[in-house]
Amino acid sequence: MSNVGLVLISHSPKVVEGIKDIITQVIRNVPIELAGGTDHNEIGTSFEKIQAAIEQVYNERGVVLLYDLGSAMMNAEMAIEFSNYENIKIADNVPLVEGAYVAAVESGMGKSLDEVMDAISKV
Amino acid sequence: MLLSLKDSIDWMNIMNQKIQDNKQYLTKLDQAIGDGDHGINMARGFNEVVSKLSVTEYESVSDVFKDVAMTLMGKVGGASGPLYGTAFLKMSLASKGKEVDQQVFATAVNDALQGIKQRGKSTEGEKTLVDVWAPVVNFFQKEQEVLPNALINCASEAVEESKTIKATKGRAAYLGERSVGHLDPGSVSSFYLFESLAEVLEKGA
Repeated sequence: MSNVGLVLISHSPKVVEGIKDIITQVIRNVPIELAGGTDHNEIGTSFEKIQAAIEQVYNERGVVLLYDLGSAMMNAEMAIEFSNYENIKIADNVPLVEGAYVAAVESGMGKSLDEVMDAISKV
Repeated sequence: MLLSLKDSIDWMNIMNQKIQDNKQYLTKLDQAIGDGDHGINMARGFNEVVSKLSVTEYESVSDVFKDVAMTLMGKVGGASGPLYGTAFLKMSLASKGKEVDQQVFATAVNDALQGIKQRGKSTEGEKTLVDVWAPVVNFFQKEQEVLPNALINCASEAVEESKTIKATKGRAAYLGERSVGHLDPGSVSSFYLFESLAEVLEKGA
């Protein structure tokens, strides 16, 4: 059985690449995909990139989306609405770096989607 | 009023022209209180919209609005993508299978406004595009007959009014008091949208 997947969303591709580097130094058994920047890798977020990232990490255990600033959240919500999956959650008002790290640790221990969400809500 | 299929496409073409012409201006407004990308994002989005519309055959206004929505969602990048995208998606749903007369359109813009509020978790008085959409919705609901000039006046007054508001949503909210006295870029681009619509209605009248 797979672990809960993570999608890291930022206005900058470099931000999420850096966070993934930090996480994978320690944790390598968690599906993590990045949705940083616009379709042209400029500053912004992309609804289509988020959709594609969800498809990559999706499994029956569920997916957590973590984001940095406002419009990323709106694109994340739309990506979920347009997907046909039920068990995807957005980490709302959770700091991206710390939240992603804690989510990866918890997911790597085989925790459920709800348990991962509970842990990051305390970040 | 009656918005025909051709009108809906003309509306988007006029809107695109206004956005391209005012790209620098919108960017300047956004540099003052936001992240400075509104002009570029809207110009990219509406450029894609008119490209898409020009190569597709449509059967209804609802289908046009749906493609506008999907294109803006995918191509804009900033907060205006999901917000304008949601607005057009709601208008598409509200006009599905219907002739777009004033009553249908009033419902459509109201659904769009509710969609924008829900998507942005925003309401009136926060210095966002809601402050233009809300009075325009009210205008379509209460006017007996929509006069293009009256529509422009309504949207234009709403934009001016937005200057006096302190931002509490979006990137401008980080500036607090410093946002007072500036025009909200999303309100200005919404003004262009309704000004474009008025020009289409004027031609059809």
